[in-house]
Amino acid sequence: MAVAAPDTALPHTAARANLAHALKDAAITALISFALLLPLIGFKTVQNMRNELELETRIPLLLAIVAIITAARLFGSLVIEPWRERRALRPHAEDARLTALKTTFANWFTPFAMGFVLVYPLIIMVFFPQGALKWIDNFGIQILIYIMLGWGLNIVVGLAGLLDLGYVAFYAVGSYAYALLAKEFGLSFWILLPLAGILSAFWGVLLGFPVLRLRGDYLAIVTLAFGEIIRLILINWVSFTGGYAGVSGIPRPTLFGIPFNATEQGFAATFGLEFNPIHRTLFLYYVILALGLVTAYVTIRLRQLPVGRAWEALREDEIACRSLGINTTNTKLTAFAMGAMFAGFAGSFFAARQGFISPESFTFLESATILSIVVLGGMGSMIGVAVAAVVMIGGTEIMRELDFLKYIFGNDFDPTQYRMLIFGFAMVLIMIWKPRGLVGTREPSAFYKERRTILGSHVKEGHG
Amino acid sequence: MTAGPAAPVLRVEHLTMRFGGLVAVDDLSFAAARGGITALIGPNGAGKTTVFNCITGFYKPTEGRIALAHGDGAIWDEVDTLTDRGTRSLHRGGEALFLLERMPDYLVTQQARVARTFQNIRLFTGMTVFENMLVAQHNTLMVSSGYTLIGVLAPHIYGRAEKAAVEKARYWLEQTDLLERADDPAGDLPYGAQRRLEIARAMCTDPVLLCLDEPAAGLNPRESHQLNELLLSIRREHTTSILLIEHDMSVVMQISDHVVVLDYGVKISDGTPEAVRNDQKVVAAYLGVEDEEVAKVEAEVGL
Amino acid sequence: MEVFVQQLINGITLGSIYGLIAIGYTMVFGIIGMVNFAHGDVFMVSSFIALIALLILTTWLGMASVALALLIVLIVAMVFTSLVNWVIERVAYRPLRGSFRLAPLISAIGMSIFLSNFVQVTQGPRNKSVPPLLQDVIVIMEGNGYDVTISYRQLIIWSITAVLLAAFWYLVSKTSLGRAQRACEQDQKMAALVGVDVDRTISITFVIGAALAAVAGTMYLMYYGVVNFSDGFVPGIKAFTAAVLGGIGSLPGAVIGGILIGLIETMWSAYFSIDYKDVAAFSILAITLIFLPQGLLGRPEVEKV
Repeated sequence: MAVAAPDTALPHTAARANLAHALKDAAITALISFALLLPLIGFKTVQNMRNELELETRIPLLLAIVAIITAARLFGSLVIEPWRERRALRPHAEDARLTALKTTFANWFTPFAMGFVLVYPLIIMVFFPQGALKWIDNFGIQILIYIMLGWGLNIVVGLAGLLDLGYVAFYAVGSYAYALLAKEFGLSFWILLPLAGILSAFWGVLLGFPVLRLRGDYLAIVTLAFGEIIRLILINWVSFTGGYAGVSGIPRPTLFGIPFNATEQGFAATFGLEFNPIHRTLFLYYVILALGLVTAYVTIRLRQLPVGRAWEALREDEIACRSLGINTTNTKLTAFAMGAMFAGFAGSFFAARQGFISPESFTFLESATILSIVVLGGMGSMIGVAVAAVVMIGGTEIMRELDFLKYIFGNDFDPTQYRMLIFGFAMVLIMIWKPRGLVGTREPSAFYKERRTILGSHVKEGHG
Repeated sequence: MTAGPAAPVLRVEHLTMRFGGLVAVDDLSFAAARGGITALIGPNGAGKTTVFNCITGFYKPTEGRIALAHGDGAIWDEVDTLTDRGTRSLHRGGEALFLLERMPDYLVTQQARVARTFQNIRLFTGMTVFENMLVAQHNTLMVSSGYTLIGVLAPHIYGRAEKAAVEKARYWLEQTDLLERADDPAGDLPYGAQRRLEIARAMCTDPVLLCLDEPAAGLNPRESHQLNELLLSIRREHTTSILLIEHDMSVVMQISDHVVVLDYGVKISDGTPEAVRNDQKVVAAYLGVEDEEVAKVEAEVGL
Repeated sequence: MEVFVQQLINGITLGSIYGLIAIGYTMVFGIIGMVNFAHGDVFMVSSFIALIALLILTTWLGMASVALALLIVLIVAMVFTSLVNWVIERVAYRPLRGSFRLAPLISAIGMSIFLSNFVQVTQGPRNKSVPPLLQDVIVIMEGNGYDVTISYRQLIIWSITAVLLAAFWYLVSKTSLGRAQRACEQDQKMAALVGVDVDRTISITFVIGAALAAVAGTMYLMYYGVVNFSDGFVPGIKAFTAAVLGGIGSLPGAVIGGILIGLIETMWSAYFSIDYKDVAAFSILAITLIFLPQGLLGRPEVEKV
């Protein structure tokens, strides 16, 4: 009994020390967050009738937020931390059933997701006929565009390891190429789609060439500069691009020459249907789905070909590549060109779907969004990128739909305002939670006897 | 082995490499015998790796000529013609002559067929052993994939061409005793196996000259012995000549046909392992010398 | 000639602001090798803090002395902005230290988006303008119909920049903190082994960078009299350009780069086209990185094989 006494006493004092520590920690957190938020939340600058700035205070709001942060911290150190410690102590014997479940999930996920994407518009039309247009367009088409952009950038960043922060420039080139050529020369979508891709690829090579020697963050910054230069030219070269006003009245794509409108020659009239704008939306959905699948097929093929393997080798070790006789200049340029080409396809589709484009759509924020989709997805993993696009784009889109929050926070509350705020913070949290992205492993592109997944810790992230 | 100095595979002449004010290699000349194993030795900082980097095109030498011949060596009489002509290479019949100092690094491997390994192993750690072997055959596979076009549009045509590459990878993995681990990531291999993989990967480029930078560094005696066997078998069964940098004297003395000794960027000895071992200057460079002898040795060395 | 001299004066003023922000980039890049993407937004936040402090002093407390008010505003902005950057480093960058290389960059981009939207949500999307301060100017050259002037504001900006630079230069080159910073730049593991508190040194670097950004933010508010939540991005990029142009890791380089960028921008607007002034800045960034990646005062990098 005497021996057992310290055993029971110890956790008790430990718990008390723990509590004291947690309280102290929470107090410090409260103090820091109060000071941190005091200027910008505690005060609000407002314009009065005479157009002068005045200050209003928001002390209750400030205190409420500080209280929430403090409570979260306290909860973290009292509940979550001990729980994680206990979990870390537990032996790491992987449950066989769990492993089997995971494998089954991994095996079935892709075919299931494919099937779902194919029938998604039909499900929406059957179950939510009211908002079908919105759900297919804002969620379906929008997300698919970003998946395609993510896959395109994945070639450059995920496979070749070249950090590109100006990817949106190629998207812009594709969009404007379609918009201007379609308006000027009346060429059809199906002719301009490949043309826009080729034009973007050409720009990819053009911009890629001078930056080949650069590495890492420097490469990122130069590509950012190029992206901004292209956007600023789109804004300032008014006679060519329409400046801030952009290009409107862009011809919409047709189904082998049959337009989607209410005229006699229109799709609905031709097939004896009642005119409904959803026909065009459905058509666009399957067009972008097909484009996405082509992107996926080509990328998967390229990975198994010498050029794709050279991209990945380049990411792993550029000097070793050169010592094996690989022309790294050409290899990098093909990666840039392929990535840019897919952005060009997506861009011309975007212009055709919107019917209107302006430099607003091609800001740095777009590049950052696409890059974060690639990194969050797990560099190089196509499934990961697709899931990340659904989470990031679907997540921010859904913020537009949270009107019910108005009942909770009052009518002034506008959830869309917080969309980008939460988006930015989510990027930080996701990186801390999973720095290597959702899919942290790499599937080998070729195997001798059996395919074995490679742990992320071996895979390098590239130097350039 | 009677590789006569008359028909070497590689001739380095008056090679000088300066970095700012530092002279890393100073007026170095030597030749590597065809089908032989030439060792480049010397104390730390002697400039051995710099010589390698010049030969393989990673550095552009400040001065000097580095010439490599394909074929039996009859083409060497054209070397001055080629130098004067200002081009990179010269072909005559089945033979060819290359001036390596004029070629960018990747062409040194692709055209002049010089392969190399690195002192601090450079594998594609996140790719499997097998993938590493395929990357090494990039240029041949690039042609068979019709520069990607055929590969995307007609996968079955490319598939046939890939078989030969797989066969070559299998052969070299077998030679280096790595076949068992073909589908493991290269970063997972133990150190000795990584060294062997780097050699196997270099051999996949079908080199005329294989440059090995300290292949035995970090190996235990058994692995070191295996390495000797591997290098000897390459010399026996293939037309590849070997140039190696090594500190491990058991490797150098047992397998090399010819040893070149560098100290402070200057060649201080050149000959058979036996002759070099008994050279006083070499002993002095390695072991240090008595104080009073320093001046004498330095004078001999030319410092 | 008059136009040129006037643009020279304006350019140096603008350049001082860029230079002060650039120091934050250059120090952070030097020590943890990361482009602190959110730094431009930290600068913008500091401008807002200065705005609020100024409003408290003038409209609430009715402070009459402009000089004293400015001094207090400057100190308040420096303190609160330092706190902001300290917290950012703790929350968004420290957990990612030593992990995957892209993660801190993405985290910084996320932070940048967060900060600008945070200010938009809390302070509103409209331009915030303050009544112009210190309108007086000194005429230093009289031309026919065009006087070259230098304003008190510009003089204040120049002198504060010079004083602070001298102080911070002393701090990082002569004190033990500076030694610790340089040690961490070279090799963090080794620095830790010889007893340098790496975490603390990095934190202090962020604090110093933020304090200087806050000085720039206060000056920016005083100079232009208007600030907006989206004002972080472009000055941030220009300041980064300045840091790169001067040679990343070099403090005097950052200032020289800043003044060069300021001059190029004002001269470009005066003689070419104001529409394309940002194109000029971005082009300089690209050209510098491509042809002179080590910058004017940086050390060239040798590729190791």
